[in-house]
Amino acid sequence: MNAHAVIAMSGGVDSSVAAALLVEQGYQVTGVMLRLWAEPAAGCRDNLCCTPEAVERARDVAARLGIPFYEVDMREPFRRAVVETFVAEYVAARTPNPCIPCNREVRFGLLMQWALEHGADFLATGHYARVRRVGDRYQLLRGRDRTKDQSYVLHILTQEQLARVLFPLGDLTKREVRDMARARGLPVADQPESQDVCFLADGDYRRFVAEHAPEAVRPGPILDTAGRVLGEHKGLIHYTIGQRKGIGIAAPYPLYVLALDPQRNALIVGRAEELGQTECVVARMHYIAGEEPPGPFEATAQIRYRHKEAPVVATPLPGDRLRVRFAVPQRDITPGQYLVLYDGEVVLGGGVICAAWESMLSLL
Amino acid sequence: MKRAIYMDYSATTPVDPRVVEAMMPYWSDIFGNTSSAHAWGQAAATALERSRERVARILGCRPSEIVFTASGTEADNLALRGVAWAARQAGRGHHIVTTPIEHHAVEATVEQLHRLFGFEVTVVRVDGHGLVDPEEVRRAIRPDTVLVSVMTASNEVGTVQPIPEIAAVCREYGVPLHTDAVQAAGRMALNVEDLGVDLLALSAHKFYGPKGVGLLYIRRGLALVPAITGGGHEGGRRPGTVNVAGIVGMATALELAEAMREEEMARLTRLQDRLIEGILSAIPDVRLTGHPVRRLPHLASFAIRGVEGASVVIGLDLEGIAASSGAACAEGEARPSPVLEAMGLAPEWAVGALRLSLGRYNTEEDVEAVLEVLPRVVARLREGEDQSL
Repeated sequence: MNAHAVIAMSGGVDSSVAAALLVEQGYQVTGVMLRLWAEPAAGCRDNLCCTPEAVERARDVAARLGIPFYEVDMREPFRRAVVETFVAEYVAARTPNPCIPCNREVRFGLLMQWALEHGADFLATGHYARVRRVGDRYQLLRGRDRTKDQSYVLHILTQEQLARVLFPLGDLTKREVRDMARARGLPVADQPESQDVCFLADGDYRRFVAEHAPEAVRPGPILDTAGRVLGEHKGLIHYTIGQRKGIGIAAPYPLYVLALDPQRNALIVGRAEELGQTECVVARMHYIAGEEPPGPFEATAQIRYRHKEAPVVATPLPGDRLRVRFAVPQRDITPGQYLVLYDGEVVLGGGVICAAWESMLSLL
Repeated sequence: MKRAIYMDYSATTPVDPRVVEAMMPYWSDIFGNTSSAHAWGQAAATALERSRERVARILGCRPSEIVFTASGTEADNLALRGVAWAARQAGRGHHIVTTPIEHHAVEATVEQLHRLFGFEVTVVRVDGHGLVDPEEVRRAIRPDTVLVSVMTASNEVGTVQPIPEIAAVCREYGVPLHTDAVQAAGRMALNVEDLGVDLLALSAHKFYGPKGVGLLYIRRGLALVPAITGGGHEGGRRPGTVNVAGIVGMATALELAEAMREEEMARLTRLQDRLIEGILSAIPDVRLTGHPVRRLPHLASFAIRGVEGASVVIGLDLEGIAASSGAACAEGEARPSPVLEAMGLAPEWAVGALRLSLGRYNTEEDVEAVLEVLPRVVARLREGEDQSL
């Protein structure tokens, strides 16, 4: 009996080729497409990654590969784990990355469980990342195609999950994947690679958060770093760290958003020179190896999905936290975003960046 | 060799080869438009009227009381909207009585009549078996009631309603009764006089006929406004060029199903009994849904505690067995069926709906195979619920 792999399909080129490769490698393959919650909007637009057209494309690919295909309804768990968290994070003046809870709770949580319940040995996805077995442990590595590497959003995987995931595209480049799709007569059209959040009707997260949590749009003071009141802001949801335009006060020099302070509902602004930090604290650290390093260690860190990694020295703190010191100041270390640590190609783990004031408390 | 067992005959059935054969001349040879005056049109019209007579004979009505449609859903739409609009036109009231276990074709149409046209709606209760009490219908009827709609037999749980008794109540108050008999056709005797109904909807693909053909019986004298507008086909009550091949297929299929009905239903009842008894004894925490006795002879429906029906269906499909978690039209939704909730089933039971519907090509071996596979699938799903990564 061949090993059974469930492949998460999106109708795009990556997951279609991943499914084809699994079939060619001799796996028993089952295709699934997640139905995720999306904001009800005019017309009947569904979630960006599961529009009716995408479902039809995925179904068509599955039929050509001769594998069964199912839609699995996870709208409600997705709403709870991803959408509600998204709103709560913005209310707390943080900038969330909804792909991380989605991967942790939905894709590699509930869908993995679904796959195992249906007799699968593996859950496969079209992510560009690699898994390597070293002794009885598993490592997560960057995808070979550095321009497509998605290891950042996979840093939440556990040893148990790594033992049961397959990333058939990890050793391929996007160009190779496209060529393979063409050679196999699979749809090569990419889903538009949108930076938008998949469940928003119009890509406007400010409007969405304001509708779901009106308290996020309370006006409050604009302060400088010395605590002087310079004006009034329209609600913290409207600002991000590093922003220059739209602050709405006249000053003899350009003003930048330095920080959002939810405690005082204050917007902290200052000069360009005041932007940039050399240090931050990361909470809820997850280590791929399953254990915290015993002491300070050197690594490189990525503070956003598309961030060029920077060298750091990291020091574990009590309570699953980590102090991270950058060799070079980073301009927009944003609370709520994930900091992911690498040793060369190998993902060490990651956690959530704390706000400066939270960092201060944790250092006391 | 992979197993392939189709046990979802309530979703649809394969077309009987004899039906296919009967339809053959009407694609390319006798292709005329029934409305045309010439010989081609007359030949098509003759086939149409012969089919109408054949269907009417089985339903015990006049041929002129049959209107062919493109589906059972369309027949339900025509009945509800047609009668409601006619009543509105005549200023005869604006109240409709229905049940919480209707097919979407009825439920959504009534909902739209309420939302867009201001009709008031009373939804009568059903008991734990999904049965409607005729006395509840009596209590729901008001002086301004223009229509009662109660399905003949449930597509989800197979419960057969006391339609003659409900019809007697409606007749006392002079209110027309519509019934969606789509699931009952070919499985029960459907004589409109015995049932006492004024409107009855059927769909050919549920009894080994082709998809894309349905019909509505409309008692003579009942005022009805067409739900779609166009030319004069079907006496103006259902405009659109007539699907002659499909209608010939429907008439043939209905005759064949009727001729085979008693023997075939006795056979399916035995299979159904074995299926029910086997599943209830092999799987813990499972119950039969619908009425234990007053049920369609081919439909075994269950609530399995602690698992999602959609997941069971996929688990069975991976083993080569086709089943359903309720109505095929609501497939893939991970929420409890409103029909089961109306029957008072708690959500942890109602999400685990499974429907196995038997038909002409099922054998005892099929039933035994299901009894072997299903307990395994359910056990694996329950195990997974308990220990996730």
